[in-house]
Amino acid sequence: MTDQDRPQYQQLLARKVEVVNVGLEGFVKDLRDCDIGVVHVDWKPSAGGDPQMAALLAKLGV
Amino acid sequence: MKLIEDANQQALTRILEGEPRLIDIVPARQLIPGLRERMILHAGPPISWDRMCGPMRGAVAGAIVFEGWAKDLPTATKLAASGEIEFHPNHHFGAVGPMTGMTTMSMPLFVVENARFSNRAYCAINEGLGKVMRFGGNDASVLKRLAWLRDVFGPTLGKAIRAAGGVDLKSIVARGLSMGDELHQRNLACSSVFLREIAPWMARTSTDNAVLAECLAFIGQNDQFFLNIAMAMGKAITDPANGIRGSTIVTTMCRNGTDFGIRVSGLGEQWFTAPVEMPEGLYFAGYSEKDANPDMGDSAIVETIGLGGFAMAAAPAVAGFVGAGAPSEAGNFTRSMGEITVAQNPEWTIAAMDFAGVPTGIDIRLVVDSGVVPVINTGIAHREPGIGQVGAGVVKAPLACFQQAIVAIAKDLGVS
Repeated sequence: MTDQDRPQYQQLLARKVEVVNVGLEGFVKDLRDCDIGVVHVDWKPSAGGDPQMAALLAKLGV
Repeated sequence: MKLIEDANQQALTRILEGEPRLIDIVPARQLIPGLRERMILHAGPPISWDRMCGPMRGAVAGAIVFEGWAKDLPTATKLAASGEIEFHPNHHFGAVGPMTGMTTMSMPLFVVENARFSNRAYCAINEGLGKVMRFGGNDASVLKRLAWLRDVFGPTLGKAIRAAGGVDLKSIVARGLSMGDELHQRNLACSSVFLREIAPWMARTSTDNAVLAECLAFIGQNDQFFLNIAMAMGKAITDPANGIRGSTIVTTMCRNGTDFGIRVSGLGEQWFTAPVEMPEGLYFAGYSEKDANPDMGDSAIVETIGLGGFAMAAAPAVAGFVGAGAPSEAGNFTRSMGEITVAQNPEWTIAAMDFAGVPTGIDIRLVVDSGVVPVINTGIAHREPGIGQVGAGVVKAPLACFQQAIVAIAKDLGVS
């Protein structure tokens, strides 16, 4: 974060924050507990994060 | 990869173009060349006696006594353990069987013909509820019912089916889906529609009113009667889609109480197995998880063609029965299965999903990529032989089967 960005950043947080949460669902509860609007996107890395399997799948056309 | 996409399109087309008709009921030995004395076909991938679960062993012992290869259950069990009984999967002989899936030479089998591809598939007659061989039951009442199915019911219904010129199955399934069936744990509507179609033919061909009444009552009192017909239909539909090089579409899912097994179109007859999981569900009064056997049966062939757990949205009442949540959540199962399938079946639609077709054509690439595995609606057998069904639930296919298949098809296609 540079000083040049800071005004914009502060401006963002000055408004009501709404969050799109991607991946780990645990963050959703924390945000909701803080009364922050959140939409969860159920996303996982390909093949559960197994790089060899993901590479194989990429070659097979997924 | 174009080879895979083209092959999958071909496999899907073959699945969707199937024209299954129930055409007869015939003793197994007349249908299956090679099915001989002291040979038993079972559910799931290959398994030897020493690895069989309790209910499977109980059913084997009962089948041996039923065929007259031993005089009683203890002698039958010794015979089975001696190595003198041959065991093979139903799937190796064009057949399927629910739960333990016993098929022996004198048992009458439904014959379903896929008119589009001129192939046939077989399944034994559903025995009803209570103590039954498919759940490992093997006492005198179980064997007496099997003898009645062989000597009375099978010939009576077979005669009616032949007189009717066969029964179209796709239309019955379509109507059943619109009446609350998902075709695995709920077959009430399809069984009723089937009875409505076949009853006049049974009346025309029967010569004994008492027998006719007994046979009609047997169908009418068994909500799951149609399941075994649907299973033979599933096998008849998927077999023509097997053996298409490069295709990543699943053509078989089944379980033997020890292992879960799949076969994939592009890999032909090769099995990919992993330990079968325990169903999660609801138990009958007096039973709990500690009584349950891991999942078993060839019945997952109905999920392979987009029914059962894949069509849960059609049968919200089933979601409650199998402990899968509130009826309003049934649609989530069907939507989730849409993530791992390549198409919808336009002939089998679900009103509650705005008439979307059932998710069809499980692609092993989508399963492994997403980590979403097929869900199967299932009955739960007691872990000890001879007791029977203790509940119903949902089981997930093990991801490892699909991962193994990905590695195998990559190797077959020269991809590394």
